[in-house]
Amino acid sequence: MSVWEYAPAPESRDLANLQPAYRPFVDGEFVDGSGDPLTSVDPATEETLAEVGTAAESDVDAAVRAARRAFEQVWGPMPGAERAKYLFRIARLLQERARELAVLETLDNGKPIKESRDSDVPTAAAHFFYHAGWADKLDYAGYGPDPQPLGVAGQIIPWNFPLLMLAWKIAPALATGNTVVLKPAETTPLSALVFAEICQQAGLPAGVVNIVPGAGDIGSAIVRHPGIDKIAFTGSTAVGKEIQHAVAGTSKQLTLELGGKAANVVFDDAPLDQAVEGIVNGIFFNQGHVCCAGSRLLVQESVAEELLGKLRARVSTLRLGDPLDKNTDIGAINSAEQLAKIRELTASGEAEGAERWTSPCELPERGFFFAPTVLSGVEQAMRVAREEIFGPVLSVLTFRTPDEAVTKANNTPYGLSAGLWTEKGSRILWLADRMRAGVVWANTFNRFDPAAPFGGYQESGFGREGGRTGLEAYLHV
Amino acid sequence: MATASSPAELTDATRDETSLSRFLQGLPGVDQVGVEARAASLGTRSIKKAAKLWAIDTAISMVDLTTLEGADTRGKVRSLAAKARRPDPDRPDAPPVAAVCVYPDLAATAVEALDGTGVGVASVATAFPSGRSSREVKLADVALAVEAGATEVDMVIDRGAFLEGRYGYVFDEIRAVKQACGDAHLKVIIETGELATYDNVRRASWLGLLAGGDFIKTSTGKVSPAATLPVTHVMLQAVRDWYDATGQLRGVKPAGGIRSTKDALRYLVAVHEVAGEEWLTPELFRFGASSLLNDLLLQRRTQHDGHYSGPDYVAVD
Repeated sequence: MSVWEYAPAPESRDLANLQPAYRPFVDGEFVDGSGDPLTSVDPATEETLAEVGTAAESDVDAAVRAARRAFEQVWGPMPGAERAKYLFRIARLLQERARELAVLETLDNGKPIKESRDSDVPTAAAHFFYHAGWADKLDYAGYGPDPQPLGVAGQIIPWNFPLLMLAWKIAPALATGNTVVLKPAETTPLSALVFAEICQQAGLPAGVVNIVPGAGDIGSAIVRHPGIDKIAFTGSTAVGKEIQHAVAGTSKQLTLELGGKAANVVFDDAPLDQAVEGIVNGIFFNQGHVCCAGSRLLVQESVAEELLGKLRARVSTLRLGDPLDKNTDIGAINSAEQLAKIRELTASGEAEGAERWTSPCELPERGFFFAPTVLSGVEQAMRVAREEIFGPVLSVLTFRTPDEAVTKANNTPYGLSAGLWTEKGSRILWLADRMRAGVVWANTFNRFDPAAPFGGYQESGFGREGGRTGLEAYLHV
Repeated sequence: MATASSPAELTDATRDETSLSRFLQGLPGVDQVGVEARAASLGTRSIKKAAKLWAIDTAISMVDLTTLEGADTRGKVRSLAAKARRPDPDRPDAPPVAAVCVYPDLAATAVEALDGTGVGVASVATAFPSGRSSREVKLADVALAVEAGATEVDMVIDRGAFLEGRYGYVFDEIRAVKQACGDAHLKVIIETGELATYDNVRRASWLGLLAGGDFIKTSTGKVSPAATLPVTHVMLQAVRDWYDATGQLRGVKPAGGIRSTKDALRYLVAVHEVAGEEWLTPELFRFGASSLLNDLLLQRRTQHDGHYSGPDYVAVD
């Protein structure tokens, strides 16, 4: 019993305005999908949230036809300045309905309300604002005069940031004059369907945005549909590879944002207390369900013991529990499958000789939870150093020299992000040049801004999202 | 270079001026963006119901009720003392504050007014607030406070000497003041608003701890900015690191600019989550404040009564 227990401070569940059933959104209308309905579950309680109608191949086909018509007749020919008005309107509606969306996202995904409230939803709105600004300035984006949209974009997004990933996909596509058919993840379809409602509210012309919930078969139907010009996928590397096979030899363009095994590299001259914050944020933000998570901590041997002591003390203060509680730092793992995967990989780390330390926090009786865990004494050869865990599990490795740090950091088939911690500016520049990672953070981690391009190397995918560079993925260049 | 030093390393650090400089300059840097982000994120903690009530009473018991004006009189100090021992006369269960904080020439008046109440008397000293005088004068100032019966002395460090890098000089001065304090507790004001960087705040915090300060204190309240949350985070981390290295518990006192219950709760959350729950006591954490107390009392009434009462229901002293 601690001296000062924080009383429960739950955000009201009613704000989510949860409906008993949700339906696919095709050609500006909510329709009865022909697929078998799925149920969306609250991972914190394992209770059913809602029934969600899913699309069948015929619905995907209808969505693609609607998107094509909207592209050819309305959205493609529309002046950029007019498209911008719709995007600004959507951005403002996201802000107006921010609380509803935050609570809904937390219920459906399991992430803590403080993250959906302070990060997911505001950043999603920021992406629409940012790209709205580009819509009438594409001539100046560096892709020549009057760059042309690709057409119909098929977009498939993951469950870790359902609304934010939707924004990363839809905002640049619409700003550049494309129309979209988007499939939200099977376990987190709700916020995308509320987003569809926002499209209606904004008066977005029918067919510009189509949302088709479903499982992998619907993703596959999108990928293989001949009426689609471009596929944008965020998710696992295995599925990314399948998609690349499927579109090979077709005229479809492709961008992939896949897994990662990012290194967070801490030198002995780092601001240690803030490095600890960065490490915590890097791996425990969103329960570690982050493709660019700093899942490998590379720490210089001379400060390893001190840093680990501070890290464990800090991790012990993380509050795990009801995701709707405003004081919760670590919410629920999104699904039973994911929880099983995290458990299996963590156990493999122990079996291979890593030392496991787990935060002494209590786990709720119900729901999918995994206590923050630090595996120290990890070697490059272990699975926990090579495979993406996608959970609140940090693998700690050490290095002796800057060269060794670079070698170990780059010794991964992935290459999405990296974090560098040192007070020495010249070392930051030296390291940033050598890191094979699409994003390199210096003395910070997991900072996202719509103006900064995001994407990976090697098995982390290709193509960039965000910034001027991100526009390229949706233009004939 | 590391903060988790052993007691022996700490003794070594104070062997001479060079060792001290090396030790302080070898402390890990503080990243401004990082510490401010952490302070902002902890600032979103939502403290409700019983947790809030406990925090309000705890905060009241941590207040160093302060008057440090040229216009201070014995009458002003006596009314402040009355407020200190019974902050809310209608609600006798409201705890007394930790101490009353005055200039040294009024310490005797405060001591007399608070005799037998358990409320401490803190006196500022050492040519407060600028600290610009000879050591002789500063020590005489301390003697004045201590002889008057002050139980706590709030000294200011020589910021000029600190900024010149003469850490040994500052160290010796704190030592001398500590000695002059006798049994009185020493709070070392590092005046963070004049040190300007978080790196300096960390160095000055360690300097104060090495020299034997019982508390490290942010500000005089006469310089803007006074206490801020990120600065207090850095100082709380310093006392935590000090504890980890030596096993000794030392206190932190933010002072100046903390006016609302909301602010006070944010500070207590920082105490709880950065230093640790051991620090949630007036022995180890104080608020240097004047107007904060009334807001705490009003919010306390609101929690108990279920409605807000208004500033006319609490004493203005």
